Amino acid sequence: MSRAGLLSVEDLGRQGIVEILHLADSFAEVSERAIPKVPALRGKTVATVFFESSTRTRLSFEAAAKRLSADTMTFTAATSSVTKGESLRDTVETIDALGVDVMVVRHGSSGAPAQVAGWVDACVVNAGDGQHEHPTQALLDCFTLREAMARRAGADPVDDLAGVRIAIVGDVRHSRVARSCVLAFRALGARVVLVGPPTLLPPTTEGWGVEVAHDLDAALDEVDVCYLLRLQSERLREALLPSLGEYSERYGLTRERARRLDPDLVVMHPGPMIRGVEIAAEIASSPRSLVTRQVHNGVAVRMAVLFRLLAGDLPAPFPGMSGGMSVGAEVVEAAVPVAGGARRG
Amino acid sequence: MAERGRRHRLLLRGGSVVAPDGEQRADVLVEGGTIVAVGPGIDVPPGTEVLDASGCVTGPGLVDLHTHLRQPGREDAETVETGARAAALGGYTAVVAMPNTDPATDSAAAVRAVLALARVACVEVAVAGAITVGRAGERLVPFAEMAELGVRLFTDDGRGVQHAGLMRRALEYARPLGVVLAEHCEDEELAGGGSMHEGAWSSRLGIPGQPSIAEEAMVERDLGLVRLTGTRMHFLHLSSARSVALVKAARAEGLPVTAEATPHHLSLTDAEVAGYDPVFKVNPPLRTAADVLAVRAGVLDGTIDAVATDHAPHPPESKEEPFDMAPPGMTGLETAFAVAYGALCLDAATGAPPWLTAPGAAPRRASVAELFGALSVVPARIAGLDVASGHGGPIRPGARAQLCVVDLAARWTVDPATSASRSRNTPFAGRELVGRVRHTIVGGEAVVVDGKAVR
Repeated sequence: MSRAGLLSVEDLGRQGIVEILHLADSFAEVSERAIPKVPALRGKTVATVFFESSTRTRLSFEAAAKRLSADTMTFTAATSSVTKGESLRDTVETIDALGVDVMVVRHGSSGAPAQVAGWVDACVVNAGDGQHEHPTQALLDCFTLREAMARRAGADPVDDLAGVRIAIVGDVRHSRVARSCVLAFRALGARVVLVGPPTLLPPTTEGWGVEVAHDLDAALDEVDVCYLLRLQSERLREALLPSLGEYSERYGLTRERARRLDPDLVVMHPGPMIRGVEIAAEIASSPRSLVTRQVHNGVAVRMAVLFRLLAGDLPAPFPGMSGGMSVGAEVVEAAVPVAGGARRG
Repeated sequence: MAERGRRHRLLLRGGSVVAPDGEQRADVLVEGGTIVAVGPGIDVPPGTEVLDASGCVTGPGLVDLHTHLRQPGREDAETVETGARAAALGGYTAVVAMPNTDPATDSAAAVRAVLALARVACVEVAVAGAITVGRAGERLVPFAEMAELGVRLFTDDGRGVQHAGLMRRALEYARPLGVVLAEHCEDEELAGGGSMHEGAWSSRLGIPGQPSIAEEAMVERDLGLVRLTGTRMHFLHLSSARSVALVKAARAEGLPVTAEATPHHLSLTDAEVAGYDPVFKVNPPLRTAADVLAVRAGVLDGTIDAVATDHAPHPPESKEEPFDMAPPGMTGLETAFAVAYGALCLDAATGAPPWLTAPGAAPRRASVAELFGALSVVPARIAGLDVASGHGGPIRPGARAQLCVVDLAARWTVDPATSASRSRNTPFAGRELVGRVRHTIVGGEAVVVDGKAVR
């Protein structure tokens, strides 16, 4: 059984999310340096274990690990023994036996990272599992939104999203991003409305603490944030939708719809975007779009997640953290829970 | 079955015997496979095998209408021999082997093959046949030819017969043969390939669900076909409250239908899936607490005639796949009695394991005699094993000795490693149960003694 990893946003709770946002603030600063690297995780090994394709998530985790000076290993199902019929358990136990501290797992089946966590010694980070969760995406979205809301208010970022109204639009039913985002946004006090045709919404949202709406225009009048989800073309084959055209017309952020929006409303998308379906091309690149900030912030947030998971293992202060590594030292202070909070002073 | 000599004598001493009006203190003497005396303090001549039944009740041996023995085809999961041993340890004296083997039991030759394997089994193994060739839902099996070999139950279990027209023909054709068609109710289109119950948990866990209507729609369709054809039908493993209500209404109407429920649908909900352990994946899926209570109520009011295990062994590696890829099914033979006892007969006040106590207790609790009714008497009748070989009691002189002796006070914890099954996929691992089988007597021969299989 592995040590506590990050399988669901629920593992963190509000306090855990806030801690990660604070840590990410420090690491964002590291990323701005000429040499964006700290020795915080020197000697640690982070393996990205992806059974499903990915561009940004894998690269983002690898960049995060490297900026923390961890060693990285890469596993991709397409080039592995999985193609020879090796089971999930055998595959991850093999990787574990090579000696890794963190296994970042993406899998097409909901719950696979939770199963892996039961089999390996490494700490498991869920990098997206089936239609379940994608916790680091939700964390980087919280970080990005907090930054955008602060910029809008002309103030420093605050710890929560209290009062922020967010519409999550599109294929919520099949979206792991949506499930993690609902948990994270709600934990930080935001109000969330899910918008889409009933065939693309979960069978029930009982206990989610969200509203559900089917009219995008009405919903957009009431929110600060429009968070669009990718629409996969296989939803058409499953007869969940009559046509992509009708979907775009009713639930896409088209040019016409965008023109009517409040100028302060911001647009987010976890990527990959299908321009012209859920989002018009020019909106994706417009100033109201936070899409590139989301990707950019992903690295600092994932540094924070990796650091927080391994921080308990590290001596504090630890070698390499002295002599001009003040950010690293602050980060350790912030991340290592100290009895009674005495060192927080 | 090995005979220990025609006049082998066996005494169950110091226990009680199950009777409709409560348990009666009585010993049971068996000679040459037949019960010869029932009463307190029976004196026996030397040379009699004596089994201690003190503190226990002796009931008719349990009869499972729904056992997957996996042979031929998946001997890595179970064989007739190992499955029968697990059954005996669970107090069963007879099981009905489901036909979804590889190849399927869809011909006279296939029936003969399973019957041949059954000769080494330590309990009686009756063979169920498929309804359609290869369980493909296209052509009918040779019902008459298979019925002549003793097949009494026909089902495509694992799947429902998807085409209503074909199911109608099957019911019509089978009517004069005196056999029972049994349906696994699942409209595959509505089930949509879902791997758990569709509801709050599936929505939260991101696991595509199958809605209750996938089961209920086929129950409703088949009840209509029974009304049309007049052929007897048996409904396998009902799991939803509405399915139970449909069958209840059909019985009130006088339709010739029977139904069964599994121990897991009497005890577990879809919340078990939260940890993504495929051991909790089963078809029909674990449903809500309201469904569990409705299924319990269905057994208590007689809508559901029988508790049947749907013992479905799978080798460990197949249950170590991701949830959506793992095969559905749970083992159940060794735990069925205790799970059903805790769910139906006990409550918090009478010592039910806490995990089995329902909030808002059921209207009443079943008696031990009623429990044996659902686990033995009625299933024996449905499978035709009462007349053929004396299963399902009553326990009286002259009856064939198909018995089980259960310690109703024994508390134990389920350890999959000790199972006699080749597989380990019990959903009850680590759970506390009350009620444990001490001895099982098949045709007068003790096959389980003091909780250990002796064959």
